[in-house]
Amino acid sequence: MKVRAQVAMVMNLDKCIGCHTCSVTCKNVWTSREGMEYVWFNNVETKPGVGYPHEWENQERWNGGWERKKDGTIKPKQGARWQILTNIFSNPNLPQLDDYYEPFTFDYNTLQHAPEGPTVPTARPMSIITGEVKDKIDGGPNWEDDLGGESGERFKDVNVEGIDPDRLAAFENTFLFYLPRICEHCLNPTCVASCPSGSIYKREEDGIVLVDQDKCRGWRMCVSGCPYKKIYFNWHTGKAEKCTFCYPRIESGQPTICSETCVGRLRYLGVLLYDADRIEKAASVEQEQDLYEAQLGLFLDPKDPAVQAQARQDGISDNWLEAAKRSPVYKMAVEWRLAFPLHPEYRTLPMVWYIPPLSPVSNSVDMAHVETDELPDSSSLRIPVRYLAHLLTAGKEEPIVRALDRLLAMRRYMRKKDMGGDAVMSLPQVGLSENQIEEMYRYLAIADYEDRYVIPTSHQEALSHSFDDQGSCGFSADSRFSEGVTGASVFAGKERTNAQLISVDEIRRGNRRP
Amino acid sequence: MTNLHEFFFQIYPYIAGSVFLLGSLLRFERGQYTWTSDSSELLRRGTLRFGSNLFHVGVLFLFLGHFIGLLMPEVFGMLGIGLQGHQLVAMISGGLFGFACLIGLVMLIHRRLTEPRIRATTRVMDMVVLVWILITLSFGLGTLYFSAQELSGGNLTPLAQWARHIVTFHGGAASFVAAVPLVYQVHMVLGMTLFALIPFSRLVHIWSGFALVVYLLRPYQVVRPGLRQR
Repeated sequence: MKVRAQVAMVMNLDKCIGCHTCSVTCKNVWTSREGMEYVWFNNVETKPGVGYPHEWENQERWNGGWERKKDGTIKPKQGARWQILTNIFSNPNLPQLDDYYEPFTFDYNTLQHAPEGPTVPTARPMSIITGEVKDKIDGGPNWEDDLGGESGERFKDVNVEGIDPDRLAAFENTFLFYLPRICEHCLNPTCVASCPSGSIYKREEDGIVLVDQDKCRGWRMCVSGCPYKKIYFNWHTGKAEKCTFCYPRIESGQPTICSETCVGRLRYLGVLLYDADRIEKAASVEQEQDLYEAQLGLFLDPKDPAVQAQARQDGISDNWLEAAKRSPVYKMAVEWRLAFPLHPEYRTLPMVWYIPPLSPVSNSVDMAHVETDELPDSSSLRIPVRYLAHLLTAGKEEPIVRALDRLLAMRRYMRKKDMGGDAVMSLPQVGLSENQIEEMYRYLAIADYEDRYVIPTSHQEALSHSFDDQGSCGFSADSRFSEGVTGASVFAGKERTNAQLISVDEIRRGNRRP
Repeated sequence: MTNLHEFFFQIYPYIAGSVFLLGSLLRFERGQYTWTSDSSELLRRGTLRFGSNLFHVGVLFLFLGHFIGLLMPEVFGMLGIGLQGHQLVAMISGGLFGFACLIGLVMLIHRRLTEPRIRATTRVMDMVVLVWILITLSFGLGTLYFSAQELSGGNLTPLAQWARHIVTFHGGAASFVAAVPLVYQVHMVLGMTLFALIPFSRLVHIWSGFALVVYLLRPYQVVRPGLRQR
C-alpha cells in the first residue's frame, strides 16, 4: 500500500442553475490571454447536448481515454506509444478550432466613429484570430439553449443511447440539466500518458495535474488523449494549457475560483486518501460497469489507524490527515455513495465527482399513481435514470437509483420532521441512519462554507526551496528564467503572453503578431 | 582558390555550427518557454495530413542520407557497394525522398498562405524558414542533373573528404570542394545557414523530435514528488 492524498471535488448537479459564474470567473483569472480566447478551463454544458467541444463524449470520433487490450492491460485509445509518435506530424484525432468555436469580438469602433448616415450603425461580429468580419456567430462555449435546440442535435449526445426518443423530442416529456466541467485531475490520466515530452505530470502532494510550460513542446497528443477534452492548445505560444485546479489557492487552503464564486454553493473540495499501488489494476478491470466500484475501492478510510500509520510513513502530514477525516468529498463519494465519477468507462479514474440531479415528475408517469401529498420516487423523475447512468456509471443503473432514493429520502425525512409525522419511517429502505440523514442535510442543503471546503494548507517549506524560487513563482505563464514582461527577443521572436486587452484596430490591420 | 571560397568552406561551417550549438543551448537555458513545434493544426488542419507527413518523412530521410553518405561512406563498402553503386543509391533514394519532401513543402507553404487563420497567425520567421528550406532543397535536387553527368561517383569522394575534414577540425578542407559544380557549393552554403537558423526559429523542435525516443522507454504515468520525497 502506498498512500497518496488528493484534493478532489464534488459537484452537486441538483443545485446547478447554469448561471456560468464559475466559467466567467475562471476565464477572467486564467484564460483571458492571446491564444486562449477559445479556451474555457471551466465550462457549463446543457445536457442532453453535444457540449464543448462538439461531441467530446463520442470517443468513436475522438479516440480519447484508455482501452483495454485482450491481454488485460490498457493503452491509450489513440494508440500505444509508437502509434502516438507516428501521428506526430499530423494528429488525426485533434479537434479543430471549429469544434470548439471561433472566438469573436464586436466591431465597437464603428459605433463610435461611423459617419452620419441613414441607418443606425451596428457593431458586427469579427473573428479574433483573423480579424475578418463575420455575418453571424455560429458557435460559443455553451451554444445549446435550454430546451431550445433542435431535437436532432440532442440525439447526437451519446448518453441518450437506449432512451425512448419521445422523451427527448416531445416538449412535454423533455428534460434538461446543467453539467459544469473542469479538468478531472485523474488518477490515471491519458493526457500524461500521451505526452511524448513528459511535460505533463501529477503532483504527488495534492494530485493536481499540471503542464510544465517550459518542457511542453507542443506535440498536442495530450489534447487528443484527454477524453474530457480538457487540455487546450494555446495557438499563440504553441503550448498545451489546462485547468490548474487553482493550485496557488489550494496550496494556501483556499477553494478554487470556480468553487469560491459558485452562487449555487454546489461545489465541495476535500482530501481523499488513495492507494497509489492499485491504480493500474483498478483502471484495467474487465467490465466497464465495474470501474466505478473499482475506483471506490482505491479510496482509503482516513479514520482507519492502519491507513493513518502508512500515510504518515508515506510523508502525508497531520493536517492533511485531519482534513481527510472531515472531507466532504469522502462523505459524499464513499460514505453516502451520492457522488459518481464522470464517464468512468474512459478508465482515467477521474477525481471530480457528481451528485446526480433530481427532477420534476415526468409526464410519462401515470399521474393517478402519484400521491400529491407525497414526494415522488426515483422512477417517476423526468431525467431518465439511464441517461444519468450513461453519464456517471458507464450505464449501471443501481448505484444511481440508490443515490436518487437517498436524496429523496432526505427530503422526505426533513419534510416529515418539519411538518410533523413519522420521519424515521422511510429510512430503512435507503440504508442510512437518522444521524447520516441529518448530516447529509447539513452538507447538501445548508452547505456552509466551512463544510464545503476542507482544504489543508500545503507545507511549501517542505516542498520547495522558497529562497531559490524568489521572484520566479508568481504566475506569469512564462519562463521561470525570465521576468515575464520582456518584449520580442532574438530567440523567441514573439511577445510573452501577458493578460492584454485585444485591440480591434490591431486585429483589423492584421497585426496579431509582432 | 579565392578567399571567399576559403571563407565559405573552411570558416563558415564553424561559424554556422557554433551559432547552431551555442544558440540552441542558450535558448534552451534562457527561453525554454518558447521552445515548441508551434503546431498550427488546431486552427485548421487543411492539407497537413499529406503535406506535413510527406515533408517530414522526406526531410528526415534526407538528413539521414547526408549523414551516412558524407560522414560514414564506408557503410557502402561494407555492404559490398562500390563508389558507383553508392552514387546510384544516393541519387535514386535522395531523388525520391527529395521530391516527396518538395511536394510536402509546397503543400505546407500553400496552406500557410491560403488558409486565413494560418496566414493571420504566421510569423515572419515561419515563412523565412519555409522558403529557406525550399531554396536549399531545390539546389539539392538540382545536383541530381550534375550527378547524372558524372555517374562514376567522382563528386562524392571530395564532398565526403570535405565533410570529414570539417568535423575532425582539419585544415585544407576547402580545397576538396573547389572543383565541384557551383550548384553543390550553393546548396552547401544554404544548408549550413539552415543550421544557423535553427535556434532563432521554431526549428528547435528538431532537437526535441530526436529526444522523443525517451517516450518509448518511460512509463505512461509521470508523478512529480514534492521535495520531501526526493
